[in-house]
Amino acid sequence: MSRFAVGDRVRVHDLWPPTPPAHVRTPHYVRGHVGVVERICGTFGNPEELAFGRRGASYETLYRVRFRQADLWPGYDGPGTDHIEIEIYEFWLSPAGSEPESAG
Amino acid sequence: MSHTHDHEHAQPRPDLDDTMTYYRVMEEAVRSLLIEKGIVTADEVRREVENMDARTPANGAQVVARAWVDSDFRSRLVANPKQAIGEIGHDIGPMHLVVLENTPGVHNVVVCTLCSCYPRWLLGRPPDWYKSRAYRSRVVREPRAVLREFGTEIADDREVRVHDSTADMRYLVLPMRPDGTDGLSQAELAALVGRDSMIGVTEVVPPLRV
Repeated sequence: MSRFAVGDRVRVHDLWPPTPPAHVRTPHYVRGHVGVVERICGTFGNPEELAFGRRGASYETLYRVRFRQADLWPGYDGPGTDHIEIEIYEFWLSPAGSEPESAG
Repeated sequence: MSHTHDHEHAQPRPDLDDTMTYYRVMEEAVRSLLIEKGIVTADEVRREVENMDARTPANGAQVVARAWVDSDFRSRLVANPKQAIGEIGHDIGPMHLVVLENTPGVHNVVVCTLCSCYPRWLLGRPPDWYKSRAYRSRVVREPRAVLREFGTEIADDREVRVHDSTADMRYLVLPMRPDGTDGLSQAELAALVGRDSMIGVTEVVPPLRV
């Protein structure tokens, strides 16, 4: 059962996890930002565990989250309708409610 | 025969087959162990390399051309890419594919900022520029400038949508069918569809009229 639904506003964790492992799939440029769930991709083995060959890696829900380019990049050179969509695992996301889409 | 040079000739890339780099040693060691332990045979390794080399952007072009001429297929392709592509005889293996439709309102472009994720089953091996740090870092933050360098100008009233392939999905852009191609067969259409248009850094242009 996935925690978020298509259309939900979500915030990407920033400065997290506290001790960075060597292999994460969430690029810095979306951390701390608010986007909208575009689709639920399914569940996949947690790459942060699989990268170290750990047995019994958990299965995690993967989302595609849509961000406004103008929110991600100060001075973005393009219209406000430009977006970026990116895959993010559920444990990197928290509910954002109606807070503004700027970085926290 | 000698002639005076006032221009630079492209130098052939030097052979690197006498240099055992770290990764070459690792590849040889792992491959030898797998063969010695009977997990794979040398012929299976060779066949897999052959299969990898046989996958080319022509596979993707065939999918695009079919979607252009068959709207039911197009709907199935977007809803369930793996199944639809299977219908025309391509097994995309364990890949989870997302098909991104270009429309008059949206132009899609694909990148993997973290490495070089790419739909190899449909497009073969990725071009070097796709793996370069310059493309990966720039196309997310200034996509319109990068597209312009590929000769692709997207109007301001059309959204540019960048897709960052960071985890388990792979992406195929379904370009728009160009005007002036009504009389073309599916095979003729497929011949117009280049690799770069399926990554999304170009659009498909109509054939030149003679």
